Amino acid sequence: MNALLRWRTQLGLTLGAIVLSVGAYVLVTLGLTGETPHGVAGFVALIAIAYLAADVAIVNLVPGADPILFPTAALLAGLGYALIYRLNAGLAAEQLGWLILGLALFVLTLVLVRDHRSLDGYTYTIGLIGLGFLLLPIVPKIGETINGARLWVRLGPISFQPSEAGKVLLVVFMASYLASHRELLAVATRRIGPIRIPEPKYLGPLLIAWGVSLAVLFIEKDLGSSLLFFAIFVAMLWAGTGRASYLVLGIVLFAIAALLGYLAFPHVQDRVAIWFHALDPSYIKDRGYQLAQGQFALATGGIGGTGLGQGHPGLIPFVATDFIFAAIGEELGLLGTVAVLLLYVVIVARGLRLALTQQDPFTKLLAIGLSSTIALQTFIIVGGVTRLIPLTGITLPFVSYGGSSLVANFVLLGLLVRASGTRTGEASHP
Amino acid sequence: MNRQIRRLGLAFLVLFLLLFGQVNYLQVFAAKSLADNPANQRHLIQVYAVRRGSILARDERTVLATSRLTDGTLRYLRVYPAGQLYASVTGFASVLFGNAGLEAAQNDALQGEGSGLVPESFLDELLGRPVQGATVVTTIDPKLQRAAARALGNLPGAVVALDPRTGDVLAMYANPTYDPNPLASHDPKVSGAAQAKLVKDPQKPLLSRASQELFPPGSTFKMVTAAAALENGITPDTLFANPPKLDLPQTNHALQNFGGEHCAGGTPQITLALAFEISRNVVFGEVGLKIGADAIVTQAEKFGFNDTVPFALPWAEGRIPPAESFAQALPAVAFSAIGQEDVLANPLQMALVAEAIADHGTEMAPRLVSELRDPSGRVIATVDPTVYGTPISVATASALTQMMVSVVQSGTGTAAQIPGVVVAGKTGTAQTASGNPHAWFVSFAPAENPQIVVAVVVLNGGSLGSEATGGHVAAPIARAVLQAALRG
Repeated sequence: MNALLRWRTQLGLTLGAIVLSVGAYVLVTLGLTGETPHGVAGFVALIAIAYLAADVAIVNLVPGADPILFPTAALLAGLGYALIYRLNAGLAAEQLGWLILGLALFVLTLVLVRDHRSLDGYTYTIGLIGLGFLLLPIVPKIGETINGARLWVRLGPISFQPSEAGKVLLVVFMASYLASHRELLAVATRRIGPIRIPEPKYLGPLLIAWGVSLAVLFIEKDLGSSLLFFAIFVAMLWAGTGRASYLVLGIVLFAIAALLGYLAFPHVQDRVAIWFHALDPSYIKDRGYQLAQGQFALATGGIGGTGLGQGHPGLIPFVATDFIFAAIGEELGLLGTVAVLLLYVVIVARGLRLALTQQDPFTKLLAIGLSSTIALQTFIIVGGVTRLIPLTGITLPFVSYGGSSLVANFVLLGLLVRASGTRTGEASHP
Repeated sequence: MNRQIRRLGLAFLVLFLLLFGQVNYLQVFAAKSLADNPANQRHLIQVYAVRRGSILARDERTVLATSRLTDGTLRYLRVYPAGQLYASVTGFASVLFGNAGLEAAQNDALQGEGSGLVPESFLDELLGRPVQGATVVTTIDPKLQRAAARALGNLPGAVVALDPRTGDVLAMYANPTYDPNPLASHDPKVSGAAQAKLVKDPQKPLLSRASQELFPPGSTFKMVTAAAALENGITPDTLFANPPKLDLPQTNHALQNFGGEHCAGGTPQITLALAFEISRNVVFGEVGLKIGADAIVTQAEKFGFNDTVPFALPWAEGRIPPAESFAQALPAVAFSAIGQEDVLANPLQMALVAEAIADHGTEMAPRLVSELRDPSGRVIATVDPTVYGTPISVATASALTQMMVSVVQSGTGTAAQIPGVVVAGKTGTAQTASGNPHAWFVSFAPAENPQIVVAVVVLNGGSLGSEATGGHVAAPIARAVLQAALRG
């Protein structure tokens, strides 16, 4: 693909994302009030300028960048904004601010990280900062418990979820660590029964990751993030070393942690019980209410949906964050849910394609880690909302309400776009 | 590493295929059963987002039922400002227990789902979404409804008032009645408790005694027997034997007069008119045997018994066994002729009989809804009065009117007299299998130019117990309603 074609593709897709986002916003307002929104021109201008500016930044800062990644994420974010506006205009005003900040940090990532491989030089610094972010909510006074999970940090007037940033930093650390240690980790010399495992000293990172996940689970009571970290970590370790024994070991460690969590915490038992019994008469009105309402929303939406602004997603608790996928299902139907899932498939597929085509191990591992993050996070929350797996509250990337998540995911996207710019044989390109 | 990347891609593909499968399951295959789950409020929210139309009395000011905006999830609450007064007419609209009465019969119009409603905004039109339902205007006269309720007091029974010229139902009240408001409550505890109480009540308040339950009509059925006789060559002056009791064929039983008395001074023969006036069971037994079951059943069916009489609400027409069933049961013919045995009716049915007599032989179908209006007040549908049939000739109607006037002037129904107004009526005291007799009075006034028909039943004699007669218990109630109507 030559540069001009790539640029035209990206511009066309971005314009498409703008049109669809604004269209969804107008339909939402029309559906809710019967009138076109007053500030529609302002919104169109803001979203168009922000998206096109990001577009221009990519073209100028990242020659040869993947032209599909950004417009796909931009469409998800625009659609998410329209849905949040539909659910709660107050939250939407904040989300618009977060979206602009996210786009700014996306561009800043491209500006600051001129070559993502430079990050490879700060393996442990990044790892420690990431770990610090992850465990920050545990720190007394600044950590906050909201809805039973200790995920929040309050510094003065600013309140945020550091685990979202920690997630991205830890993926970079893992990619870097595995890039330089994967050969060592791949040499399995010890045997435990039928499984061959590497030297214990090389197992360190696996056990540390397991420990961190357990800490997140046990201290912060954040099931979703804990599951996500561990799954990303195992996926990267396995992909980096090619050792199936890590997969097996990872699954065994996960099973132990899950069992411990189940036995130790009533709320974990609760989640599993609700997953099984959400629609039972004894659950449906209280403990299973949220999940049941999510199911009803999806079912009521059917194939075509009720139309934006025409359904009743407000019946679902936490619909703008954890359950926004159910709102999509209610108002946009199966067509909407499948379309949104396909957008994630596009991002993940582009990310993995990038990993395939790159030669440099760090770049490959970084692309694997970042794509896995999007894939697994989407699976965990959509699977939870649709009752495929027990529900663990995490955000739907780019779509859910939440500044920490939106900004972190745009930084993640920035790294992915940056990594896509370094073509094979262009190793010396700045 | 590329082999792992491909496998990882494959694994993610499997995960997403699971998600695709699951959303297909939820949104297509299981969608109907999930959406129909009673805990899914979405359908109700949509129903209650519509401002359901009001039900008005004939004055178009008195509100029988209306909708009030709330700040709950279900936007409009159904309200019945008069509480239990109009329950026999309106029925109820309940979140949990569905609709009854006019709320059920006129549901589409009230919800705005009928045609003829103009959408209020372009978007509503675009979505085919009604915002406000049609107003249902009834024929009920609040003054008469109140008079009926007041006159019946706490007595179990029912009152129906009709305009014989149009068939308009002016009043329809039954005891025990119920308050539809708690049933319409959005709080399931309130509506559930109210419903449970009503369903458990042995007096079945949810079934209106005015039109939905059936009772032996007793001597008020002599209007039908007399009509059959007059239509079959007998005149008011035809003489019948007047023994103290009538020995019945095929049995050792005898038919006695009310209370076993030997009325009219033991005269050996009396006219049909006098027998009607003083309600002689013995003579009407003879009349029945003379004209035969066929004539009685045919006449009753012309009045609407055993038939489907069109009405805005589901109701129970009178019942009489088919003529052929009497062939081997001649005593039953005599008992049926006086409204006993298996003859059953309710105040609405008996009011229709009196209506045909009052309206020179023409029986108008009862009309409860006169028109539908859109929210702006524009009439979108009119229900015209319709003739149900002509069960009797003008001559028969005129003769029966005279006989009914005598009942009130000098017979069993003197308690219904109104100074300055000629009232026509017929009493009934129906024996019941269990308990005290039912007291009936069916009447119309003024006899020379009838404007109102009133039928009353008081079950099990009300407060007078076994001493109750239609003349003592039911006639004063009918008089009160007639007076309220004629006072203007």
